[in-house]
Amino acid sequence: MKTDAIVKTLNASQVKEMLLYVGEKVKESKPFLTKVDSEIGDGDHGIGMALGFSKAEENLKKQEFHTINDVFKTTGMSMVQSMGGASGVIFGTMFLGGVKKLEVKEKLDVTTLAGIFEKSLVAIKERGKANLGDKTMIDALEPAVNGLKESATTSDSLIEALKSAEVNAANGVENTKDYVAKFGRSKSLGERAIGHQDAGATSVWIIFRSMREWVGNHE
Amino acid sequence: MKKVINNPADVVEEMTEGIMLAHKNQFKKLENVNGIINRKLKDKVAIVTGGGSGHEPLFFGVVGQGLADGVAIGNVFAAPTPNTVQEVAQAVDAGKGVLFIYGNYAGDVLNFDMAAELLEFDNVETTTVRVTDDVVSAPVERKDERRGIAGDMFVIKVAGAAADKGLSLEEVTNVTQKANDHTFSIGVALSPGTIPDSGEPTFTLADDEIELGMGIHGEPGMERTKLLPADELTDQLMEKLLKESKVTTGDEVCVLVNGLGSTTLMELFIVNRRVGKILDEKGIGVHDMDVNNYCTTQEMGGFSISLLKVDEELKAYYDAPANAPYYKK
Repeated sequence: MKTDAIVKTLNASQVKEMLLYVGEKVKESKPFLTKVDSEIGDGDHGIGMALGFSKAEENLKKQEFHTINDVFKTTGMSMVQSMGGASGVIFGTMFLGGVKKLEVKEKLDVTTLAGIFEKSLVAIKERGKANLGDKTMIDALEPAVNGLKESATTSDSLIEALKSAEVNAANGVENTKDYVAKFGRSKSLGERAIGHQDAGATSVWIIFRSMREWVGNHE
Repeated sequence: MKKVINNPADVVEEMTEGIMLAHKNQFKKLENVNGIINRKLKDKVAIVTGGGSGHEPLFFGVVGQGLADGVAIGNVFAAPTPNTVQEVAQAVDAGKGVLFIYGNYAGDVLNFDMAAELLEFDNVETTTVRVTDDVVSAPVERKDERRGIAGDMFVIKVAGAAADKGLSLEEVTNVTQKANDHTFSIGVALSPGTIPDSGEPTFTLADDEIELGMGIHGEPGMERTKLLPADELTDQLMEKLLKESKVTTGDEVCVLVNGLGSTTLMELFIVNRRVGKILDEKGIGVHDMDVNNYCTTQEMGGFSISLLKVDEELKAYYDAPANAPYYKK
C-alpha cells in the first residue's frame, strides 16, 4: 500500500482501517477489561468498550471516507451514542474532541495525530474534570499525548510517535496502581483501590498499542 | 445466580418490549432510542428522568401523571446515552423547558450534561437537579458528591406535582432542589445483586455479614457487621440518618422504606414498624409512610430508609395526585 519504508501519512481510508483494527483489538480485550474493572469498578467497562467499537465498526463500514475529520467524528459519535455510562462520553470525546473545529484534513501525519489527541485530552479533562493521578484514563492518555508531541518534534515517522505513545500509556497504566480513585465507583474504595490498575487507562493503552500494530503491519 | 433471561446482551431491549406491552395505553416508546414517554402530555414544564437499567421499577415506573413525563433508559447499571436523553427531552418538551432529575453518578452527570448541550442547539431549555440523598456516600461538607438512591422517589414526586401546578421551569427547579436538600437516605446491604451480562455479583459479603451504608451498586458503606435483629439494625441506621439529616423533635417527615430486590415486604414492614416507633419517641411527626420496592438492584438483599423533611409547601406537592405504573397517589 506504500512505497517508502517509513509511513509518514495515512489517508482517510487507511485511518478508517486502522480504527477498525483498534476496534477488533478492543473487542478481543473484553474479558481482560472486564476482569480489570471487576476488581475495583462495576465490571462493565469491557462490555461498554466492545459495544462502542462494534457500533463504530458498523458506521465506519457503511461509507467511504475522504477526510480524517469524518473518520474520527464517526468513531466518536458511534461510541457516545451507543455506550452510555461515563465511558461513552469520555471515550467518545477521545475521538470527537480532537477534530472539533479542526480544519479539514485529508492526510494524517504525526503533527496532526499529536494535535488531535492533544485537543481530545483537553476536551476530556474539561468534561470529566479529572487530572493526572486521579486513577482515570487521563493517566494513560496524557503521557501518550506527550509521547506523540515529543516524537513529532524530532521525527515524521508515525510508528515512532505511536510507539512512544504506547510505551508512555503502558507506564501510565502501571502508575494507576499506586493511586486512590477520585472518580467513578472505585472512588468509594479509598485505599482499597491501590494495587489495581484503572480499566479506562488500560483501554487507552490498548488503543495506542493497536494503532502502532496496524501501522507496523503496513510498513 | 439463576436468572430468567435469554441472551444477556438483550435484557434491556427485551425488558422494554415487555414494559410496552404491559403499559401500552399509558406509554409511548420512542423509535430510535430506548426512551419512553407518557402518552398524555400536558402543556407544562416537562420532567425527564433516567439512569442505568437493573434498578426497576425505577426509572420507567414513575412516568405518568404528576410525576415524570419521560425516561431515558440506559444499559444495565450504565447511564443512558446523550442522544437518548436528548430525544426524550425533545419528545416531551411543551416549549416550557425540561427539568432533568437523576441520581448523582459520574456516568449520568456526563451523559445528561452532554444532552443538555445538544439541546441548546434545539432551543430546548433545560435545568438539572441531581439527587444526592445517600448520607453515607460523602460527608455533609461535600454534599454535592453524595449519590442518589431511593430518595429519587421523593424528589421526582415533588417535581412532578410542581410542574403539574403550572409553575415555571425556574420555580419547578427551585422547589425540586429544595426537595432534594430535604431528602436523606441510608441503606444496608445483606447480599449482592448480579450483573446479567457477566453473571458476577456486584460485591461479596459473608453469609452472616451485612454492610451498613453500602450503595446500591455495592459501593462501600460505613461498617461491616454481623447480621443484627431488625430492631437493632433499624436503630443503628436511624441514629446515623437522624444525625446526618438533623431531623429532630417537632419536625415532620415522609418516610420511605425501600427494598433493594430480594428483601421481602414482610421484613420491610418490620423495619417500618421500628422506624415509626423511633420517630414517635423522638417527637418527630410522620406525614406519610411508604413501604415498597422502588429502587432495586436486581436480587440484591437489603433496604434503605429515606426521610423527606416536609413543610407546608412540600406536603402539598407530596399529597398531589399522581398516576404512574409503579406510583399512585
